[in-house]
Amino acid sequence: MSNHISETTTHVSFREEKGRYKGIFAWIFSTDHKRIGLLYLYAIVTFFLVGVSLGAAMKLELIAPGKTIMNPEAYNAIFTLHGVIMIFLVVVPGLPAVFGNFFLPIMIGAKDVAFPKLNLLSWWVYMVGAVIALSALFMGGGPPDTGWTFYAPYSFKTNTNMLPAVIGAFVLGFSSILTGINFIVTIHRLRAPGMTWFRLPLFPWTLYGTAWIQILATPIVGITLLMIVGERLFHIGFFDPALGGDPILYQHLFWIYSHPAVYIMILPAMGAISEIIPTFANKSIFGYKAIVISTLAIAFVGYFVWGHHMFTSGMSGTALYTFSFLTFLVAIPSAIKVFNWVGTLHKASIQLEPPFFWAASFLFVFMIGGLSGLALGALATNVHLHDTAFVVAHFHFIVFGGVGFAFMGAIHYWFPKIWGRMYNTKVATRGWIMFFIGFTTLYLPMFFLGIDGMPRRYYDYVDRFHGPNIISTIGSWVMIAGLIIILVNLIRGAKKGPKATKNPWGGKTLEWEVDSPPTLENFEEIPVIKRSPYDYR
Amino acid sequence: MSQTIALSHDIHRDDEGSKIGMWLFIFTELLLFAGLFIVYGVYRYLNPVAFHLAAEELSVTVGTVNTIILLGSSACMAMASSAIRMRNKGMTMLMLATTLFIAFMFLVNKYFEWEGKFHHGLFPGSEDLLKLGQGDTLFYGLYFFMTGLHALHIIVGFILITIVSVRVNNNTLTADNPVLLDNAGLYWHLVDLIWIFLFPLFYLIA
Amino acid sequence: MENHNEPHIVPFKTYGIILAVLVVLTLISVAVTQIDLASLTVFTAILLATIKSGLVLVYFMHLKFDNKLLKALVSAVFILIALVMFVTFLDYNYR
Repeated sequence: MSNHISETTTHVSFREEKGRYKGIFAWIFSTDHKRIGLLYLYAIVTFFLVGVSLGAAMKLELIAPGKTIMNPEAYNAIFTLHGVIMIFLVVVPGLPAVFGNFFLPIMIGAKDVAFPKLNLLSWWVYMVGAVIALSALFMGGGPPDTGWTFYAPYSFKTNTNMLPAVIGAFVLGFSSILTGINFIVTIHRLRAPGMTWFRLPLFPWTLYGTAWIQILATPIVGITLLMIVGERLFHIGFFDPALGGDPILYQHLFWIYSHPAVYIMILPAMGAISEIIPTFANKSIFGYKAIVISTLAIAFVGYFVWGHHMFTSGMSGTALYTFSFLTFLVAIPSAIKVFNWVGTLHKASIQLEPPFFWAASFLFVFMIGGLSGLALGALATNVHLHDTAFVVAHFHFIVFGGVGFAFMGAIHYWFPKIWGRMYNTKVATRGWIMFFIGFTTLYLPMFFLGIDGMPRRYYDYVDRFHGPNIISTIGSWVMIAGLIIILVNLIRGAKKGPKATKNPWGGKTLEWEVDSPPTLENFEEIPVIKRSPYDYR
Repeated sequence: MSQTIALSHDIHRDDEGSKIGMWLFIFTELLLFAGLFIVYGVYRYLNPVAFHLAAEELSVTVGTVNTIILLGSSACMAMASSAIRMRNKGMTMLMLATTLFIAFMFLVNKYFEWEGKFHHGLFPGSEDLLKLGQGDTLFYGLYFFMTGLHALHIIVGFILITIVSVRVNNNTLTADNPVLLDNAGLYWHLVDLIWIFLFPLFYLIA
Repeated sequence: MENHNEPHIVPFKTYGIILAVLVVLTLISVAVTQIDLASLTVFTAILLATIKSGLVLVYFMHLKFDNKLLKALVSAVFILIALVMFVTFLDYNYR
């Protein structure tokens, strides 16, 4: 079909480009940033579906008190795997690896990233890490049951397959670091002539902030996981109280990475939203510089708030006050962004298309997630809410609601550019409505359960929690139904959808000036930038 | 097609970009060891006396010799970077070979040092160490883990410099494209940098 | 995309001098820590190590001849590490 057209013109899309290898090898050995982005997409979606299934199994178990479909050991293993898969395999690489790889070079007017081979290597490292981590499922000893945080002393006391999970997470960290290095050098060195720092679109800006956190935070968890390996294999006392170690130090080190990791997840999500909103508002973004500065501020301050995960662990009072204060501080730049997005929408003539619906609902769920985060960041309320379902609801509103909705928005926004075809927007909207209703029905009751005292990670509960749990489980079914509609619609669109034009939404950033799908080197000639990325009117 | 792409990538070679990339990688290494230095700091703070006494078991002489050895190798590596720019292949090879030789000396010293500790039953998980108490257990756990990880970096650097030497020898790395040599040098200096801190923390503050 | 093949070649002599200084500093730190300076011992040892690492960074790692960006980034990373240690000790120091 498209072969016929492309052969007569000189514009061969990156999907049809003939390289050194054929078939699947043309993809898995390709150093083209766009193919690598799609490789990540397919891998991440696969792992995401596994994670969703595990989550659905947990919700099904919680539909009634007592044993419903699994025993407590299975429940422990499932919430651990759900966490490991969703965090390390899905949301941490998520937007940067998929849309960052695909669009960063195009948006800054480059032919590829700075180190294309390293980029391919990072995907391979990711896959190797994923295989190692998932091999924990199939080896003797059973899947790990410590929770995705691998807290000491569980992680060196448990008899389950701890090592594969921990080493897998370590290897995945490498992949994340390589992507980060690549993006920073790309943004520093390969911006098109005339693209000054303040003409850089916002999605690349957030990728830049993210890349710094990837580089500066990931090694800390890397070494921490290595210490767990040392502790298990060589009985080195790092965190074992019997050997003089301090388990709380493990929590410090773990969260020094894992809190900034939340910003690795959410910053690019904010970037994608910052691209979608001006396009569909047909209006230049309100307060471009404020968004840029708040991005960098989040990246920096976000590095020093890790202790708010440990308020009840027994830290000193000084540390408690400091971390609580910094947590409140980091909320400010996030709020600034929300004001900027809402300001952009003010008096705009908005195109009501699926990407915009996702962006608008992102604002809604992100606000709920962010404000409930403040309830957890305050010392007194934290004592009550710590390790309850409230926490689970909070971070799902941020990580699933925030990052997940932004990911959905991004894929609906950039879909015509990536596949050169269009999906059915009506079905996409229906899928979004269903997903959104399911999502809120699933997680809102957990706030109330948490306030009421239902602990997280329990497979059983007292009768008084029954009602909200039923609602929550039904929500999970609705959400999954919505997810299926969305996926089927997108797959059908990618295969059979009508051909998309260069710029179906009227976007102003550079990716809308290249072909859909782009050619191998994106640009015939490197463009010269003479304007801001969002000069609508 | 792929040939023309390879060619165009070659034209766009960006040495400054490669250097920044290498530095970013060095940052990750610094943070990796920073995690261990935090652990060391905390446990030293919690067990001051035990750390003090345990450190006295380590030989200051061996540590000092290894420090000077490593500083020398770092200087040689830096000189290799200058030599290749002077288009003096012989001198470059001499400097690289000296660096490799000294690195090997370091590892030999380290081996005998570790062996001595094992001989005296001072290794993680040993009965003798547990009898000494928690502070000593932590000290030797950290000692083996940190110097071990450092030694691993020496080995990686050793391999890297060997590759560089081969390429200098067959003239694929010259004054026109010295960036690989420079980056290998940066890595080698990083290894030196970490040792500069490991040395006083384990051998001197006793 | 200009290629900086920086014209500056550092003479061997410079590296020789720096190496000599580093060795002397090492010997000084060994000598100083043999004397009992109580709590100052740790301080002196770390201070000397910091000076030595500074020399390695500036001369061996060529930062003296690199652009401002790299200098700023390297300093920022060391400040970050110091801050993380400081914040961690807000817990341990006040328990």
